Amino acid sequence: MKSDLKLVNVTKRYGETVAVKSINHHFRSGSYACLLGPSGCGKSTTLRMIAGHESVSDGSIVLDGRDVSYLPPAKRGTAMMFQSYALFPHLSVADNVSFSLKMKGVDATKRRTRAMEMLELVDMAKLGDRLPAQLSGGQQQRVALARALITEPQVLLLDEPLSALDPFLRIRMRAELKKLQRETGITFIHVTHGQDEALALADEIVVMNNAVIEQAGPAREIFDAPRTAFVAKFIGAHNVIALPEGKVALRSDAIQLTDAQAAQLSGRITAIEYQGTHVALTAMVAGEQEVTVLLTDKEFFGAPKETGEAIGLAWDARSAHTLSA
Amino acid sequence: MTAETDTPTASSAAPAARAGRRLPAAMVAWFQAAPLALVLGAFLVLPIIMIVIVSFWGATEYSIYPAFQFDNYEFLFSSPVTYKVFFNTFKYALITWAATLLIGFTVAYFLAFHVRSLTWQIALFLLCTIPFWTSNIIRMISWIPFLGRNGIANSTLISWGVIDEPLEWLLFSDFSVILAFVHLYTLFMVVPIFNTMMRIDRSLIEASYDAGATGWQTLWHVIVPLTKPGIMIGTIFVITLVMGDFITVRFMSGSQSANVGRLISNDIGLLQYPSAAATAVVLLVTVLLVIGILLRFVDIRKEL
Ligand SMILES: Nc1ncnc2c1ncn2[C@@H]1O[C@H](COP(=O)(O)OP(=O)(O)OP(=O)(O)O)[C@@H](O)[C@H]1O
Ligand SMILES: [Mg+2]
Repeated sequence: MKSDLKLVNVTKRYGETVAVKSINHHFRSGSYACLLGPSGCGKSTTLRMIAGHESVSDGSIVLDGRDVSYLPPAKRGTAMMFQSYALFPHLSVADNVSFSLKMKGVDATKRRTRAMEMLELVDMAKLGDRLPAQLSGGQQQRVALARALITEPQVLLLDEPLSALDPFLRIRMRAELKKLQRETGITFIHVTHGQDEALALADEIVVMNNAVIEQAGPAREIFDAPRTAFVAKFIGAHNVIALPEGKVALRSDAIQLTDAQAAQLSGRITAIEYQGTHVALTAMVAGEQEVTVLLTDKEFFGAPKETGEAIGLAWDARSAHTLSA
Repeated sequence: MTAETDTPTASSAAPAARAGRRLPAAMVAWFQAAPLALVLGAFLVLPIIMIVIVSFWGATEYSIYPAFQFDNYEFLFSSPVTYKVFFNTFKYALITWAATLLIGFTVAYFLAFHVRSLTWQIALFLLCTIPFWTSNIIRMISWIPFLGRNGIANSTLISWGVIDEPLEWLLFSDFSVILAFVHLYTLFMVVPIFNTMMRIDRSLIEASYDAGATGWQTLWHVIVPLTKPGIMIGTIFVITLVMGDFITVRFMSGSQSANVGRLISNDIGLLQYPSAAATAVVLLVTVLLVIGILLRFVDIRKEL
């Protein structure tokens, strides 16, 4: 099933405010994409425009070669899974799942069979007769997934699907999401503001900030080679350092400690934080900049340091990425 | 065995001693419930018991006397007037209910789902309540010059050429009675329905559209079921108000139609208290039965 999704100059304005500013992106068919960004950057708005729950102010949304910008939600080939799951409280789990079939006028026995198939897929077949209020958060989420998938969408849109779950369940559910995506081959577009979630799940990460896409690419590319200071900071585990040759992003685990003479930068340790497998040193270097160095516990305890000690920092030139902004 | 049973007894002695100085939990609950129970007992339960007692009394043309006889009920159930009047009461209740539900649901739906800003919602909602700043009677009577034979409605229709003769059924008819009821009681439908609608999660509606439902399908399969508790509360308000009313029927029908309330008020006017009490008891039981049946359909507890 081909289901390439292209955003062409998609813009959303609410009066004066621009929530999404002329973004272009190509979501490849069958990939797991994460829209990542801080609160208010326009992720949900983008997703809702793709779903058809928000009109586009400008530009177009092209799914599988077809401009769907002005089609109603159900005619687009997309399905949305809502953040709070939005299960119908008055309908049983099975009726929730088969709601779209009922709207199409499919007869009751066929609806039931299809609903049970979908519930089987998310491992919820046993609870088909319960009401949503009688389910746990994780179970509700599976039902919401089944309800979205029963429409056989080409693209599944998920708005912060894991944020209502506790941390333990979140990690389990994200593994299941990934598995489900692989099995169904449907394009998933998943909105999140957690970089760990994006890194764990996504084939492709689209980092948004201030209504625009800052950088898009495979997860490893985003993490290894952030192009802007914003991306480097947001994705975490990076230092953004202003050097004479310009701003660079430097992974904190790519920095070694050396003696002051051989160092590219020197400074003084201001904090030491033990993190179990790693130890994070924070040093103040020239120009009042803070740099974090992540050492493995073996490295650190092999040559322990004290707060206030002078240290030199060195790194391989290839790990420093010059930033464009 | 003994050692095991001894220990809990010894340790439970201390809390028991402490509790002795305070009131037992059950007593506290009784005291907390007492004020409301007393008020309801004195002003609701006692009068009803009185009415039930009096309904078995006897009456002559000029006096009433304590007794325990079923004459009042026998007379009530054997008189064709009773059935006619009860039928009328149900007719008013049913038609008024249907009209207030239709109008109330539409108004509430508009307020809840089409008015976007909260300020406007509050403003329009207050607008709905403005008529209630005057008394029921004034609002009712103000219909009379409007609907009368030479009233505004008739003269306007004649001047537009819609009709040649004044419409007789506009005033002092079932039409005017029901019109007044609808006017008086629609707000009692709007408020609870609006209240439930405001609690419906908006993403449910988007989820419905996402599943391919049309606007009407969403209304029927999502909004109406979720609004049922509000509809039920409004229904109970309207039904009880209409079934207990007598003044609206008297004014708006020009004393030409009767409902149970008027039957009771006539009896009271003739000082036939036992007969009025018996009718009141039958009306009360009827209304309670209706509410009982309604409550079987919808669980309103989660609304309260
Ligand atoms: N209905 C609306 N009217 C006016 N402004 C809106 C509306 N919806 C969103 N916005 C604005 O658009 C911008 C983007 O909102 P959006 O919901 O897409 O953010 P988000 O990236 O999903 O944030 P979060 O992570 O907090 O959910 C925000 O500045 C928001 O205030
Ligand atoms: Mg959002």
